[in-house]
Amino acid sequence: MTLKSTETLVGLFVLLALLALLFLALKAANLGNFEAGKTYALTAHFSNIGSLRPRAPVKSAGVRVGRVDAITFDPERFQAVVTLAIDERYRFPVDSAAKILTSGLLGEQYIGIEPGGDDLTLASGATVTQTQSAVVLENLIGQFLTGRGAESGSQP
Amino acid sequence: MTALRALGHVTLDRVQALGQATVFCLRMTRAIPAALRRSRHVVDQMHATGNRSLALILASGTAVGLVLALQLYLTLATYGTAETLGLVVNLSLVRELGPVVAALLFAGRAGTSLTAQIGLMKAGEQLLAMELMAIDPLARVLTPRFIAGIAVMPLLALLFSAVGILGAYVVAVPLLGVDAGNFWAIQQNGVDAWRDIGNGLVKSFFFGIVVTATALYQGYEARPTPEGVAAATTRGVVIASLCVLCTDFILTALMFSPR
Repeated sequence: MTLKSTETLVGLFVLLALLALLFLALKAANLGNFEAGKTYALTAHFSNIGSLRPRAPVKSAGVRVGRVDAITFDPERFQAVVTLAIDERYRFPVDSAAKILTSGLLGEQYIGIEPGGDDLTLASGATVTQTQSAVVLENLIGQFLTGRGAESGSQP
Repeated sequence: MTALRALGHVTLDRVQALGQATVFCLRMTRAIPAALRRSRHVVDQMHATGNRSLALILASGTAVGLVLALQLYLTLATYGTAETLGLVVNLSLVRELGPVVAALLFAGRAGTSLTAQIGLMKAGEQLLAMELMAIDPLARVLTPRFIAGIAVMPLLALLFSAVGILGAYVVAVPLLGVDAGNFWAIQQNGVDAWRDIGNGLVKSFFFGIVVTATALYQGYEARPTPEGVAAATTRGVVIASLCVLCTDFILTALMFSPR
């Protein structure tokens, strides 16, 4: 076989593999549905983030508007500091609230932004002041049990 | 006393073999820049190992995807989560099955031919002849094959995974009636391009090193007889496969262990 045709075949093979990578990254992974780069940062403090992870989606009205960039711990306030990367196209009012929600009953956790009514919008690097922590199922069950206990105790 | 001596003998033997293999790998690694400058040989070897393995890899990938989708559907449908079929197939292919099965097939398809080739060159005293002409056969003959193997392995693993997911799609959507939109959307939510696909690629890169180096070493150290080459070929596949599985466990533990 001549050198030229070997090279062409190898080139074809490499091209095929790159197409496979493109397919995997764009169609079968998360690179396609949110382009990085054109984002701005917001921070929010939560007293409990549950099992929120970096790269989790940030949604508003159920539409994906960004992702969780980093999660750190603030040793002075004993709170979790969550940095959000929000798509440049979307601006939220200053009095918007960030909540940690769960998709489905036991699904993956994400951050939901509930827009407020203020005319001013959150600038890059601003902090979302109103937050609601994750609902921890164990606490909920604990409250339910103690609530039931108190109920049956007060009303014999 | 003789038992003790035998134990010591075996241990020293093993350590020496390990040392030889390490020196072999280091010599090949050192020859990589020079071999890259003669890229014609590398391209030839990529054709011999990569293109020739393509049909096998594509067929196996499709088959694995088809079967995986059929089997998982039964369990997932029982719990009403048939929509996540794509995600489960995708993650198992991209993280584990793609790199590992592609590497095992590569060891059988290309590794054996490397071992037999080098073994026969040694048996025919071609390597010795090169040495007499002051050409290092390790740098001239083995290193291009080493580079080609490392370059080709991740590409084959990618193709294996991609074809497998397409196979799963064919079973899931037209055959079993899973919703096509959800099939892709759930994958896009659950698969991280860097963490999952990236780590799968890193894995197959290491497997490329392991399989190719083992195959070449077995050929290089084969006894220069027909039986010796046959034994070396068998040993090459067995050792390469086991090494791939061990490496996979270590890499998985490093990459995917919960923090």
